[in-house]
Amino acid sequence: MRIHLRILAAVMTLAAAVLVPGARAQRADAGKSAEPSLIQPSELAKLLLSPKGDKPLVIQVGFHVLYEQAHIPGSEYIGPASEDKALSRLRERVKALPRGAFIVLYCGCCPWIRCPNVKPAYAGLRALGFKNVKVLWIADNFGADWVDKGYPVAKGR
Amino acid sequence: MRFRTKAAAALVLAAAFYLVARRASAPGRPASARRPAPDFTAVDLAGRTLALSDYKGKVVLLDFWATWCEPCRTEVPAFVELQKKYGAQGLQVLGISLDEDARPVRGFYARFHMNYPVALGDAKLAESFGGILGLPVAFLIGRDGRIEAKYAGRTGAAVFERDVRALLGRRAARH
Repeated sequence: MRIHLRILAAVMTLAAAVLVPGARAQRADAGKSAEPSLIQPSELAKLLLSPKGDKPLVIQVGFHVLYEQAHIPGSEYIGPASEDKALSRLRERVKALPRGAFIVLYCGCCPWIRCPNVKPAYAGLRALGFKNVKVLWIADNFGADWVDKGYPVAKGR
Repeated sequence: MRFRTKAAAALVLAAAFYLVARRASAPGRPASARRPAPDFTAVDLAGRTLALSDYKGKVVLLDFWATWCEPCRTEVPAFVELQKKYGAQGLQVLGISLDEDARPVRGFYARFHMNYPVALGDAKLAESFGGILGLPVAFLIGRDGRIEAKYAGRTGAAVFERDVRALLGRRAARH
């Protein structure tokens, strides 16, 4: 009986780890091995709502239909940074900024570990010499991890 | 005792993960619990105007996606297979791309041998379906035009096929 329980527990635990896309283990690993410096949604929301402190330039590097429906107030739309034209727009936008400017990038299209947009954007800014760049950690998508959490949202172009 | 507690926790966790990982409300709820899918018109890649209402009487699998979205791309071959396998039985897959323009979508369409209509979507269309704040999102719409299920995030081909078959198998008289 004990052996059966052990086998069952092992199978269930393995099945659980496989079933959930972006399982905790994957997310933890992604967090450890990922190059971008991350900022949690709660942290960014607190920063944006605080009357004190420097506010970052927040740039959305995802898709426009998402931006129109909901975006972080004050954020600017650049476009999916997995595409060259959006990366060009990003470089153009930041070229006049001091290299110490505080910039936060976000996408929210899909789970962070699968997002094709934030890493190229981050890498692009780092390559330009920007040292104070963070990426908003979005575990699943912008809806679940920002909007549904009640953080500030704006709509429109 | 300690091991039994761990085993029980693993079972509960596995069950909870399974329920979350399905990410779909299962089809089969009564009509009163299923809202009508909002009608819309869009122009597909071939320049034809399509309307969701054109497909009433069919089971529609409506997929919001984008060419650069990796989880979206992995679902497309499954949709192509479903259309091939169940099209004659009344399934219609429709793709709504949220790419910025049609050019990459046309290339993707050809490379992946997509066999169903694909049109570009906009915020108005996305909002009519309750907001598309992440990708991919798919909706399964019954023959009566009501939304049977919503799939948020990457969903396995087996889940789609199971639910499509369940709807196709319903007697036409019920709808």
